[in-house]
Amino acid sequence: MKRINLVTLIAIIATVTVAFTTGDTNIKIKGSDTVLPLSQKFAEVYMKKNPGSKITVVGGGSGVGFASFLDGTTDIAMASRKVKMSEKMKLQDAGKSYKEVIIAYDALSVIVNPKNKVSQLTREQLEGIFTGKITNWKDVGGADQKIIAYCRESSSGTYEFFKEHVMNNKNYGSTLLNMPATGAIVQSVSQTDGAIGYIGIAYLEKSVKDIKVSYDKGKTYVEATVANAKAKTYPITRPLYYYYLAKDENKIKPFITFILSNEGQKLAGDLGYVPLK
Amino acid sequence: MKKFFKRFSEKLVEGALFLSSSVTTFVVLLIVIFLFKEGLGVINEKTVEEGFVIAVNKNNRVNTISTEQIKNIFDQNITNWESLGGENDSIILFRIDDISNYYSDEQLGDTLQNIPYCISQLIDSIPEIIAFIPEKYTSKEFKGRVINSDIVTVSDFIGGKEWFPTAQPSAQFGILPLILGTLWVSLGAILIALPLGLATAIYLSEIASPKMRNVIKPLVELLSGIPSVVYGFFGLIVIVPMIQNVFGLPVGETGLAGSIVLGIMALPTIITISEDALRTTPREMKEASLALGANRWQTVLKVTIPYSASGITAAAILGIGRAIGETMAVLMVTGNAAVIPGGLLEPVRTIPATIAAELGETAHGGLHYKALFALGCILFIMTMVINLIVEYISSKRKTKVQ
Repeated sequence: MKRINLVTLIAIIATVTVAFTTGDTNIKIKGSDTVLPLSQKFAEVYMKKNPGSKITVVGGGSGVGFASFLDGTTDIAMASRKVKMSEKMKLQDAGKSYKEVIIAYDALSVIVNPKNKVSQLTREQLEGIFTGKITNWKDVGGADQKIIAYCRESSSGTYEFFKEHVMNNKNYGSTLLNMPATGAIVQSVSQTDGAIGYIGIAYLEKSVKDIKVSYDKGKTYVEATVANAKAKTYPITRPLYYYYLAKDENKIKPFITFILSNEGQKLAGDLGYVPLK
Repeated sequence: MKKFFKRFSEKLVEGALFLSSSVTTFVVLLIVIFLFKEGLGVINEKTVEEGFVIAVNKNNRVNTISTEQIKNIFDQNITNWESLGGENDSIILFRIDDISNYYSDEQLGDTLQNIPYCISQLIDSIPEIIAFIPEKYTSKEFKGRVINSDIVTVSDFIGGKEWFPTAQPSAQFGILPLILGTLWVSLGAILIALPLGLATAIYLSEIASPKMRNVIKPLVELLSGIPSVVYGFFGLIVIVPMIQNVFGLPVGETGLAGSIVLGIMALPTIITISEDALRTTPREMKEASLALGANRWQTVLKVTIPYSASGITAAAILGIGRAIGETMAVLMVTGNAAVIPGGLLEPVRTIPATIAAELGETAHGGLHYKALFALGCILFIMTMVINLIVEYISSKRKTKVQ
């Protein structure tokens, strides 16, 4: 009995020692749920190619990522938005200098119910709808029907991005419906006639209709496709970021190099994100 | 020796029991203290984002701007200083990111060291400006005038009608829509669950054959074992479209959808507790009623239900307690619009759903974080009141039986 215990103990010590000696390539990534599937894929493929490296990926939202980054409980903060001024100031106060890397792009597509006749909207019209000033589809060229606008919860980076880039930093109207997840938005829009919402392009399905968007007051309308996003003609495109401390550069660089390589970017494309190249 | 050992082990067990109960009490107290410590911090905080200030030109006549006005200015609903008591001039908005529209990178310096000077110059040169800038740029030689920020008062917090926790530059924390939303949904849930639950309980205790009872009871108890997110999913896909079609509503995510889902979830509690209460009716009382010529239904209505009324009330209140605290199922089906609900056929936002949905993004220790903890305090008080009522009613029942 005692001997077995001893053997187990030695095994445990050995494992722990191994874990510590290979600790150089132990990377923790935390943050945006939008980037989560992409990071998981990167980590999975990278770990297969480099046995001995260990990458842990955790979601929770862009803000959660920055909070942990500030505490030092994560090596990389992944985010679907740029670091906020207030977060930047906190990092500066803590004396932490960081690096920012764009790992891929994500395009947001605006969706409506398939029964809706409207197929294109300008940025100004979208702003009116999501601030609650335009409330009927007939004001934007549709049927006489109430507009039901769905947005994500405020904990989502998508919520912030849409506010900054589509709504010109104005606040969402208070009558908007808040949904906890992208899947819930797709479900609700597909079963509500007057609905409008926005989702990451990777989540686009046949049960909803995507809208062409114009950023030049109606001169040209562009469809939300990966090709258009890649060609930079589709306007609602956002970069996805990794943030890491400058002093960790040596440890993290190989992983970043892998992500930015053709192989890494191909993975991003396969998952429905927009590759850098 | 044996006796000693026996006594020793007895003491040991006693000690262990005492320890676990005191640890539990301690942990509960700790959680409550933590909740209130974090939550009460929201009162008297400034509503402008931490580390930032609102500044205007020093010649501007406007001295105070309320939180609501700040939001309307930056949403461009208020565009003229006149409506705030100033000159008849259009308001010019300035956010820190706009600085590149006014100054070149060279003017700002390589390490952005000239920003404070540039901002000060800019605010001094444009009389109509309102600027939202970091506080640290306003320290010395600042030529503009900083507007004092509103603070969150208790009456603003509880009586406020606008919940805009992430509004920039000035957040609004009015929780009245959330409190009313929670109460509406819970009330609807109990109106649905109580008649149904009571009917089932009466059937189970008075009418059902033991065989039938052995089938129904486990099924009812199975209801309480289903995870709440499954109820939410079911609600979103089945109940929401159903409500939309039945009532011809533009949108199906309403308080009623939440009430139905919560009603189903509260059923096991109500059925189990009220059935227990119905069963405590002494056999002699029922037999006396039957002997007087009353039939079975009259006996149930006039003897059994009045006798177990307090137990049924306790069941109903515990059901409400379950409904008030429920998070995930409600988050998925009620639409979560933070407006004061005009009825059950409109989208509502409840307190638990708000906390669950928003806590993920808040900065630790920030104003929004504290506001969510304060919401937790309100919820705690609501459920505690409910539990006290249950305690009171069941103690009344005991004295009556004696």
